[in-house]
Parts: sequence; structure tokens; C-alpha cells
Amino acid sequence: MTGPFLKPKRKNPLARTTQPLLPPQARSRKAHGLTLAAATGRFVLQCCGECGRYTYPAREACPNCLSSDLTFRDAPTGGSLLSETQIEVTSDPYFREHMPWRTGLVQLDCGPIVIVHLHGGCGGPGSQLKLSLQLDRAGQAVFFAKPVLEVPHMEDDPQWREMTADPRHRRVLITDGRSPLALPMAQALKKAGAARIFVGVADRWKPLDQQALLAAIEGVEFVDLDLTSERSVQELAMDIGAKVEILVNTADHVRPAHLFDAGAANAAREAMDHTVMGLMRLAQAFGPVMRSRGADGAAGAVAWVNVLSVHGLSNVPQFGVHSAAHAACLSLSQWLRTELRPGGIRVINAFTGPLDTEWFQTVPPPKVAPKAVADAVLDGLKRGLEDIYVGDVAKDIEARLFDNPKAVEREAGQ
Amino acid sequence: MALSRARQSYDGVVLAVPVTVPYQRFSIETAHWWMGKALRALAEGAGISHRDFDGFSVASFTMGPDVAVGLTQHFGLSPRHIDHVPMGGAAGIVSLRRAARAVQAGDADIVACVAADTNRVDSFRHLLAGFSRFSQDAVYPYGAGGANGSFALIARAYMDRYGAKREDFGKLCVAQRDNALKNPNALMKKPLTLEQYMSARPIAEPFHLFDCVMPCAGAEAFLVMREETAVSLGLPFVRLLSAIERHNAFAEDPVQVRGGWVVDRDELYGMAGSAPDDMDFVQTYDDYAVISMMQFEDLGFCAKGEGPDFVRHHTFTIDGSFPHNTSGGQLSVGQAGAAGGHLGLTEAMRQLLGTADGRQVEDAKLGLVSGFGMINYDRGLASAAAILARAS
Repeated sequence: MTGPFLKPKRKNPLARTTQPLLPPQARSRKAHGLTLAAATGRFVLQCCGECGRYTYPAREACPNCLSSDLTFRDAPTGGSLLSETQIEVTSDPYFREHMPWRTGLVQLDCGPIVIVHLHGGCGGPGSQLKLSLQLDRAGQAVFFAKPVLEVPHMEDDPQWREMTADPRHRRVLITDGRSPLALPMAQALKKAGAARIFVGVADRWKPLDQQALLAAIEGVEFVDLDLTSERSVQELAMDIGAKVEILVNTADHVRPAHLFDAGAANAAREAMDHTVMGLMRLAQAFGPVMRSRGADGAAGAVAWVNVLSVHGLSNVPQFGVHSAAHAACLSLSQWLRTELRPGGIRVINAFTGPLDTEWFQTVPPPKVAPKAVADAVLDGLKRGLEDIYVGDVAKDIEARLFDNPKAVEREAGQ
Repeated sequence: MALSRARQSYDGVVLAVPVTVPYQRFSIETAHWWMGKALRALAEGAGISHRDFDGFSVASFTMGPDVAVGLTQHFGLSPRHIDHVPMGGAAGIVSLRRAARAVQAGDADIVACVAADTNRVDSFRHLLAGFSRFSQDAVYPYGAGGANGSFALIARAYMDRYGAKREDFGKLCVAQRDNALKNPNALMKKPLTLEQYMSARPIAEPFHLFDCVMPCAGAEAFLVMREETAVSLGLPFVRLLSAIERHNAFAEDPVQVRGGWVVDRDELYGMAGSAPDDMDFVQTYDDYAVISMMQFEDLGFCAKGEGPDFVRHHTFTIDGSFPHNTSGGQLSVGQAGAAGGHLGLTEAMRQLLGTADGRQVEDAKLGLVSGFGMINYDRGLASAAAILARAS
């Protein structure tokens, strides 16, 4: 059984910071079919296009009929526990620091036998289990089995916490307090048990719409942060960099400009400065310290969230500059993801369709309420996702891009 | 599919010159060094030059990046039959089977079967991490327990299903330690009691410390030839009566509770013209005692599920009612990588040659050796067994 995850004791400032280690990372290329699914919270297995049987581990040919038509398909998540063990001794440095570790052998309802990470609340052999695909600290897909019915403190299981980025007892930086996302994000983080929420605000002498509501949230602290100023970003990192376990980058800059407008390049440059360069400045200032704190106690640094426009995945002419800027942010986030991986820090991208805010005033519905973005980000943190698609527009574009990216391009703006 | 024809007998195939290069817990040498020692001991034992070996069969996990043919240049061999048998615990018997057919057919006269592995301070971790593609993708990232973690799942399921207790496994381990104390090559030199076994620290439930083999460096080797070759060289020999191997049997069993021996055991005894009760000793592949228990069942010494009861009703020391793993087995001698699959063969040869010294089973005429190996994903895939007999 799992006990509650209590607020960690204040760290002895003289104590050495435990260096982050990662679980075994090597995978065959085929196995990354599972990574693709785990990143978005899906559950898939290879399924034979000829005989219809599910198979695991990832193969190049169906062991039943030798067809090479094996595609990763959504699969039922139920299974029963055949056997289990608690590993107490390992030669792997990462797991050595997390012993004992409970694993099990599961027969999936759809056939295959799977070795899984076993949640502490699961019963013994014979128990029914519900499986999910998770990304471990190395960013690699693994199977995780939980009890079918909720047990107390389910989210506090230490093995589960290694697979997720739960905000509980963690300190969070929201980079742009002027974003309409800031208030619902802070409220959701507070509700999820975040210990402290730093809210970055540029030009604090200017009025801040939601100041009173934000200030009313216990644990919120306003900090000076201008993402267009390297100095401002560096100064804040020097001040609170080592206290940020989750960074939520809400920075955005939406200004309409046509590609052929005189001065469009200036609009683009300004947007890039707020978004792409802002992200780069944040990465330079906060990246190294977060990466070094990936194993700093049970509530060490764990995640970096970017809220991105889904149009960064494929340009729409109404928001051409915005699309281009977010495409660049996406590319930069992939780089950041690689750089933060040695620390076990997850980089999560939440792709959203147009928000229901003034800068998207002319866009017809459906639009995304800021609270929906906040809720989706919290869900992603708690489930350990990597790519989140928020709202109907983003989900539609995700599905269409997966199906035929050229069609998305041709239909843009229609 | 057409039925396979009856197998030809191994008449006239003999084994000679059992070699054990004494094990070390860790070694700064490479696998090649251990192979060289083994080849030299084979040549000296046979009273000929190693250049006279016209067959060479090798098993090793740590000989990379070399392959078998590269080793011929390393050791100055010029064989006309060559084999690399990367099958872990089944490698010894598989090597023997192939070598037997080679000498029978005249493709070779003398095959040197050598298994050698080194063990550097950190090499076992690398071996576990890269053991197989399925292991890399679907086992090692789950707690990195290695073979202990994987076999713990098998052991727990076996215990739940057939009522085996830790004490039953302990009885086998304690008996093997007793045997090992009579074997100067065994790495374990201290007696083991059941109390010590039961109270040892946990490794991966239900396994505790004394359920697990100790990885080490070492080599095992023997020669395979025709009887007339042995006679002309004046070498004492033992006869190969029968041998089986089977891979990936019972793939549909959700958890492994049996090995491929079940498929072929009638042929094993049929070819040898003997029955389980005729065996004067048995050398099982004991990476874990639960696997030995499975072999008792699957090789016909008792019915499936009766392994625990069989253990409770027998004694397993050299002078026991069921002399078993008379060298001390891997559990007490040490597991020198692929050589672990040859340990039972060299020990059986010594028993049948009457050269087992202080651990000689009285009047041993017939012995069974079995091998098991390669936990590629969730189960051991390779199983093999052979029956050997005294020359006369």
C-alpha cells in the first residue's frame, strides 16, 4: 500500500545535491512505437494486420503468421497479474537509488505477456490491473500497472511519481503573469498542492488585470521577469533558479500581420523576441540549474512546460507570424528536451488552438478557454505526458496531421 | 508435415579429457586468456598438440568482438569443423551434439569444446544491459534486476501453483554446498546451513542471497572424438548415449512452468535404452534451485508439480538418495558465464571416469546432464540434456 506523500523536509543547505541518474535508455527503433503513444497518453501494442493478433515485445514479424504488417494500434488496457517480485539488488545506478522496486508479469486481456512496473496498491498474483504506457525519467516508454479501482494516495506511490511530474509540494514558475493563462494555471497548481507559485511579470509598474485574484492565491509570489531582457531573466534565475521544480512558460505574442505588409518582418522579429528568444533566454538561465536538480529529493526539479500554438505544427495565414514563431518554439523545445534529459526533466508541450481572448477576437468558435489549457497542463503533469493537445481545434489538427500533413497545409485558411 | 525420421544413434562417440580452469571471482584477463588455458590443458591431457584438434567449438559471452574463426588465428588452430554456440546454459550439450555428429560423419576427428568467460569488475552489468533485444526493450528498464528479477517472477509463479517453499529450494542449495566443500575448484568454501539460507538478505523475492549464483571468470572444456581415436591415443573416455535439445517450447504457457525437455525426453531415454531410475547421478542446470526442480519433473524423475515433494523425499549430496550437482553446481562453484553450461558435463565425465576424487559417486555407470539457458525475455528458451555412460 502507498502512504501519503508528505511535504519533504527542508533540505540541509550544506548537504550535497544528489546527482540525477536515468533508468536504462537503450531501445530498438521499433520499440519507439510505444514512445509515440506514451507521449500522448495512449495505450498501444503491435497488432498484426493479417492475423489480427496483438504481440509484444516489439518485433519485426508476427510470431503467429510471420507477416511484417505489424502496426501499433490502440489496445485494451486490462490484464491480470501472473507473478510479481520486489527487486532489492541491482547493478544499475538509477534503480539502485530507488530500491526496492516492485515489478510484475501481466497477462493482458488482449493476449501478450508484459513485464510491468507495479503500483504499490496492486494486489498479489491473480489481481486485475489497469495498464498504461508511461515515459520514465529517461523519456522512454514503459508499462505501468495500477489497481483497477482507486486506492488511497494512488498518485503518491514512489514508483508512479518517477513516471509523472506531479506538482504536489513542488515550486512552480509561471513565466508570464500577464497571460490570460496565468490565473487559471496558478489556481490549478495550487489545487494540485504546489508549494509555491512564482508569477513573472514584466514592467510591474503597469497595471496587471488579474493582480488581486492572483495575489489571493496562497503561495503566489510576483517576481520581475521580462523575457525580452536577458538581464532580467538571468537575475531572476540567480534569485530563484534553484527553487523552481516546474517551469510553465506561458509567454506569447499574437499580432496579426500579412506576409506582404510593409513592416511584417518587424512584427515577426518582435514576436520572435517575445516567444522564441524568450524561451531561449529562459532555457539558458533556468535549464542548467533545473537539470542539475532532477534528483534533488522526492520533490526535485521535474518538468518544463511550454504552451504552444497548434498552428506551430502547420501554418495558418490568419496568424502567419504567430504560426512561424511557434514552429520555431517547437523546434527549440525539442532541443531543450534533449538537453534536459540527463536531468530526468520532462519537457511538455501543450498545443492549443486559438484561445478565447482578445487577440483571437475575430476567430470563430470553437475556442479554448484559458482554464481548459490550465486543466490540460495539470492533467499532463500528473500523468507524465509529453505532448498535450488542448481543445477541439488542436485535437482536430493533431488527427489530421497524423493522417495527411499535406491536406492540412492545403486546407489552411479556408 | 512429414514425420521426422528416427534419429541415428551416437554409437562410437566418446568424450575425453574433462578440463576445468579454476575459477576466479574477478579477472583482469580476457575470455581469450581463459580459452588459451583450457585449450592447453586439453592438449596436455590428450598428449597431443593443440594443432591436432581439427574441430573447435566455442561458447562465450565475453569473447567479443571476436568470432570463432578469429579465435583460430588467436590460438594457432586450423580446424575443419568450427562452431560458436552462444546458448548460455544449453551451450555445453548443444556443442556436444554438433561435435558428435561431426566426428561420426568424419568431418572432424577431434573436436575441442571450450567454454570460457571472464568477469571484470563491471562487465556483468554490461552483459545484463545488452543481453538481447527483448531484454533491452522490455525487461532491463523494469528495475534492472537481471536474471534474478526475471527468474524471481518464474519462481513465484511456480511456488504459487505447486506449493514449493523456500525451504525446498534451500534444501537443494545446502546439499550442493555440501558437495562443493569436496571440490577444490568451488569458489564457495564455507558450509551453508538451512538457517543461513533462510535468513539471508533478500535479492528479489522470493530469492535471497543463497538462491543466486555468483558471476565469476573461468573455463570448462572437453574433447569429443570417435572411440577408436581415443583408444589410439590411449585416452580414458565416457560414452555419449543420447542427447536432446529444444528451443522456445511451450510458447503459449503464460509463465514458464516447464522446459523443452518434456517434448523430447522419451527420445532421450529411448536412445539411451534407459529410464530415469537408472541414473546414478544427475547434473541439472542450477542457475536457480527452482529450475533444478523443474528439471526433475520435466526429465521424468517425478510428475509435473511433484518437484517440491520429490525434494522433500530425497537427499541430494554425493552419498544421498539422489546424487545431484556433485561438483556443487553453479550455486556453489560459481557461474563462469557460458562455462556454466559445461560444468555439468565435465563433472559427469569425471564421475564416470572415476576421477572425481573426494566427491566420487560410488560405482557411477550412468549419468544425466541437462542444460538450460537464454532468458531472452520472460523465460529460458533453450533446454538440452544428455545421457553419458562409463566406457565399460
